[in-house]
Amino acid sequence: MIDRDELLDSIAGFGLFSDLSAPQLEAIIHIFDERMFTAGETIVHQGLSGSGFFVIVDGEALVRADGRELARLGRGDFFGEVAILLGVPAIADVTALGQIRCLVLPGHQVESFLIGHPKVMYRMLQAQARRLRAANRPGT
Amino acid sequence: VTVSPRPFPPGPYPVVVIGSGPGGLQISYALRRFGIAHALISNDPAPGGMFRRWPHFQRLLSWTKPHAPAPRGSRAYERYDWNSLLADEPDARALQPGLMDGSSYFPSRPEMEANLASFADRARIAVRFDCAWTGTRRVDEDAGRGFVVETTDGAYRAEILVVAVGVAEPYSPPGIGMELTHHYAAVRPAESYAGHRVLILGKQNSGFELANGLLPWARDIVLVSPSPAKFSVQTRSLAGVRARYVQPYEDHVLGGGVAVLDAALDRIERTEGGDGSLTVRVRRTDTGGDLAVEVDDVISATGFTTPILDLPEIGCSISGRSRLPLLSSWWESTTLPDVYFAGTIGQAAKGLVKHGVPANSGAVHGGRYNAMVLAQRIATERFGVAVPRPSVAPGDLVSTIATELAEAPELWHQRAYLARVFTVDPAAGLVDDGVQPLTHFLDATGPDAVAVTLEADGTGAIYPVLYTRVGGDSQERMLEPDPLLRYDGPDARRTIGRIVREVVPGVPTED
Repeated sequence: MIDRDELLDSIAGFGLFSDLSAPQLEAIIHIFDERMFTAGETIVHQGLSGSGFFVIVDGEALVRADGRELARLGRGDFFGEVAILLGVPAIADVTALGQIRCLVLPGHQVESFLIGHPKVMYRMLQAQARRLRAANRPGT
Repeated sequence: VTVSPRPFPPGPYPVVVIGSGPGGLQISYALRRFGIAHALISNDPAPGGMFRRWPHFQRLLSWTKPHAPAPRGSRAYERYDWNSLLADEPDARALQPGLMDGSSYFPSRPEMEANLASFADRARIAVRFDCAWTGTRRVDEDAGRGFVVETTDGAYRAEILVVAVGVAEPYSPPGIGMELTHHYAAVRPAESYAGHRVLILGKQNSGFELANGLLPWARDIVLVSPSPAKFSVQTRSLAGVRARYVQPYEDHVLGGGVAVLDAALDRIERTEGGDGSLTVRVRRTDTGGDLAVEVDDVISATGFTTPILDLPEIGCSISGRSRLPLLSSWWESTTLPDVYFAGTIGQAAKGLVKHGVPANSGAVHGGRYNAMVLAQRIATERFGVAVPRPSVAPGDLVSTIATELAEAPELWHQRAYLARVFTVDPAAGLVDDGVQPLTHFLDATGPDAVAVTLEADGTGAIYPVLYTRVGGDSQERMLEPDPLLRYDGPDARRTIGRIVREVVPGVPTED
């Protein structure tokens, strides 16, 4: 069992949470739920409503849409935010590659969470900007 | 006078079930219903599990409506009775309402204990009591599959193990001074807190239950945890503090003396020259800043873990603070095959958790259906029992689904978690495949089919969702929420008809 302090140390190193104080980080692990998934398990189902916002604490996940592999995500990465921000069903399948541990926030709590944690929102925007730049880079 | 021998002496059994709370009793009943021989053993001297001791303040969170819209004993009545276990025999059904004194629709703890004891008696569930599980090992590879279950009565051998030991081992997080606290499980009689200043760590149901029970006794009550309290009436689900325990919060917001703090514990120490009192130092998570609170008692309402002994050492992966096992959709350990979990541990198989709304597997009214589904799975997959798949005439499908949506307690209690599945079998035609975990349906490939469930999105609406599978492609189709929650009227039938015609040709239009 990984205890609370280890979990705190882990998420303190994530870009998304890098501006938060220690008590704020502690609140994060209470606000989010912790979920474990095993190899091959579907974490997000493309086309289904009501999914959450996930942050990977440990392990890797595969993102696929319409059967096509889009990305591999690892420790500190997050997913699920696009469907929540746009209010649409999940745009991709996300499956666990091996055992994976995530923090998860229900979709309807994301807006109030981000407004209450503007530094996290800014870091999320930065990550989205990087993804957009990568997607627009010629030849990729 | 002859004393009847204790049942299930140590020895080989196809299945060994551990635990005699609601989970163990229900899975034992369900296994027997499918003809699966098994031994049921328990550490306790009598049936009831955690309800032999808790809740502390002697009244449950789960209701049973003695006077409901459906007749007592009917399948539809189960929607209104969260506490009775399931049986086919009329004299073992809906036992809880007959054991309540009418003062509340929440049974008292003794009434719940009597309900479970009465079920064990009427359904003739044999249990080997006072037989403590002490260890587990795998049978040597060359001797075949299975497990050796060590107990205080001797060794059992089982091909399959079903563990229903609850989530009831007190857990306190590590921290400086935590040895000065006592856990929820060790709380003294309420009157011993008369005039005390009490700090409670934890703002979930157990913390608020204590605060509520101590309102007439304690002088000051402070509730502390890092994140704000959540209430079921706000989350519109069982996530959060239940309505019955909201009183301390009202006292807090109206200035009655209860304090509810969003703060992380720094440390607890004996107050200097404080005559045994304790100083609790916390860091506020909402506005920042440190606080020190002087109290007489610190109670840790920080939850419970799963007493699964040495199972992790033989390969059963666990996760999180509650040490819950990692489970498949069918409540089997994903890392230690042939070990299944029933009762409240079944909450570890979380399902979709759509909109953040959890299933009710951790409570009797959810777990009892999981047990029925699990027993059928074990019977069919492991013991080759053939379960009938009744044919459904396409012309009856819409009515069948509408009736399920009006009455099926599995769908009402295990929303977005259990679903009733109708399959277009290439050989047999349209068949009723019974109730299954929804995640299994979504992950499985197979012939065209429709899975019917009810869901909630956290706004207070409860509405049907049909998952269609056509040519291997699954789609989610929702019905409009009805404010009176009726889904068997003409509008709902027309919508259901439109959806199922995509899956089952030959379903007639109703107009």
